[in-house]
Amino acid sequence: MTTATGEYVETALPSVAGASTSRVVAFGVMTAALVIAPFFVYPVFLMKALCFALFACAFNLLIGYVGLLSFGHAVFLGSAGYGAAHSAKVWGFTPELAIVFGTAVATVLGVVIGALAIRSKGIYFANITLAFAQMVYFFSLQAAFTGGEDGIQSVPRGTMLGVLNLRDTLTLYFVVLGIFLGGFLLIYRAIHSPFGQVLKAIRENEPRAISLGYRAEQYKLLAFVLSAAFAGLAGATKALVFQLASLTDVHWTMSGEVVLMTLLGGLGTVFGPVVGAFVVIALENYLAQLGAWVTIVQGVIFVVCVLTFRRGIVGELGHVLRKSL
Amino acid sequence: MTIFGVPTQALFGQLLIGLINGAFYALLSLGLSVIFGLLNIINFTHGAQYMMGAFGAYFVLQWAGLGYWWALLIAPVAVGVTGIVLERTTLKRLYQLDHLYGLLLTFGFALIIQGLFRHQYGSSGLPYPMPRELAGGQNLGFMFLPNYRAWVIAFSLAVCLTTWYVIERTRLGAYLRAATENPALVQAFGINVPRMITLTYGFGVGLAGLAGVLAAPIYQVNPLMGADLIIVVFAVVVIGGLGSIMGSIVTGFGLGVVEGFTKVFYPEASNTVIFVIMALVLLVRPTGLFGRSS
Repeated sequence: MTTATGEYVETALPSVAGASTSRVVAFGVMTAALVIAPFFVYPVFLMKALCFALFACAFNLLIGYVGLLSFGHAVFLGSAGYGAAHSAKVWGFTPELAIVFGTAVATVLGVVIGALAIRSKGIYFANITLAFAQMVYFFSLQAAFTGGEDGIQSVPRGTMLGVLNLRDTLTLYFVVLGIFLGGFLLIYRAIHSPFGQVLKAIRENEPRAISLGYRAEQYKLLAFVLSAAFAGLAGATKALVFQLASLTDVHWTMSGEVVLMTLLGGLGTVFGPVVGAFVVIALENYLAQLGAWVTIVQGVIFVVCVLTFRRGIVGELGHVLRKSL
Repeated sequence: MTIFGVPTQALFGQLLIGLINGAFYALLSLGLSVIFGLLNIINFTHGAQYMMGAFGAYFVLQWAGLGYWWALLIAPVAVGVTGIVLERTTLKRLYQLDHLYGLLLTFGFALIIQGLFRHQYGSSGLPYPMPRELAGGQNLGFMFLPNYRAWVIAFSLAVCLTTWYVIERTRLGAYLRAATENPALVQAFGINVPRMITLTYGFGVGLAGLAGVLAAPIYQVNPLMGADLIIVVFAVVVIGGLGSIMGSIVTGFGLGVVEGFTKVFYPEASNTVIFVIMALVLLVRPTGLFGRSS
């Protein structure tokens, strides 16, 4: 498919074209805020939130635009983290190569798990992805290179592209911001391409999309692999930021957390996952001393969102402003 | 004496452990299947409700001084009642929506319940005494069989088969199966389907509570005892075929035994074997071993 078709689709749907101005404004505001933020807020907190925001955007690509709820997305975050950490620490990869390698690990896993899971829908899909995630979790617990309960610690950050010294926190922050914005724009591009339109068509009415000649399974698999790759990019970056790859990132509670972020921010909105990730990470930060209360608060947010707030923060905001954000 | 180079003692020991685990898998996946059949919801709270059953037994002993046999009656009913309240107040609002919202809601409740219990009782676990009548065991010559474990296997099998009989062979079960196929038509015949849905959820949850009481004397009573178990049970349900009653019972016990034997022959894979089987089954039969293709 050519770009010409893409333009046709954009103009054929005035609501999409009209909304793009508000999205450009929102994107400008977000970028500006993130550029000045490290001078006011603790940069490591921001970097953590950025990694999770990218993770949530990747997850949203699947739930928001294909309608598939993966309950095992932690696999891609965690495995990419292990890949990046191991290659940087043991094989001496430079940071950019470590991130590429980590992302590749997640992508390969995405192909394997996706090929098996994509044949099912709805609850079955959620269950199956969850079970695969648990399989990878137990593998990570026992495999030698992951360090089991200890994880891979003190991963070197190194120098990116030979010039950017990532040991400097501010430099690292802007690299992470660059990765986040790059990932965000690519996901946006994927969603608003002819490919993304076909995904939405499949979500709305799969038999009809098939009867129009689209190979639904291939589209869904590609979306799954893309989602896995971006989740992997987030995980690999996170491993370099925290200099750590651990079991937490492959555990199913992490899969639950990314669902929470996306649901709270707004399923199927462009900026929702970012907002959701920042809110959830901030909450966890403030509630960290209270132990079990973190889980309780997360549970309450889930229940409230599902019962009364299904559009999420950004979805609700867009509804009030009558703009698609 | 050895079989395949493994002492029979170890082999039968693991077979027993496998059957015990299988008894819990079967009870839990049976509850999930019954709920899924009628409500089309995967009850993520199931693990937390299993834990509540074990805590129910603990409370009945601590507060009322009533022992195991009373707990076996009271705790599942109490857990079932909390389930009914949950269904009436929240779950029923979601039936018109995508089924995934039911999954997310019950996941939220699981987090809340497990968080509250962990806040109150820590995560180290509380001991629960073995009932006196079932202490000790039998020496079968080739192995030692503790009475309590034999009781758990027999009792859980009896509960599973009774449930199967009620659903597949009685008039009540026929209503239930009919409501699964076409709720609107069954309601038109004058059967109160919403009430049936509520009671079914209560019953499925009660089964989880029952499994919790059975588990209390074997494992400790721990707020997180159901958190990881439920994920294995999800895999069991997928293998058996969602919504299939006999499928849950057979795969529950079967996979428990397979897991037990894996511990003998290839211990490294014992945690993952069920998930590997799941992947293989999905390749061959996407609807599970006993599931009907939709």
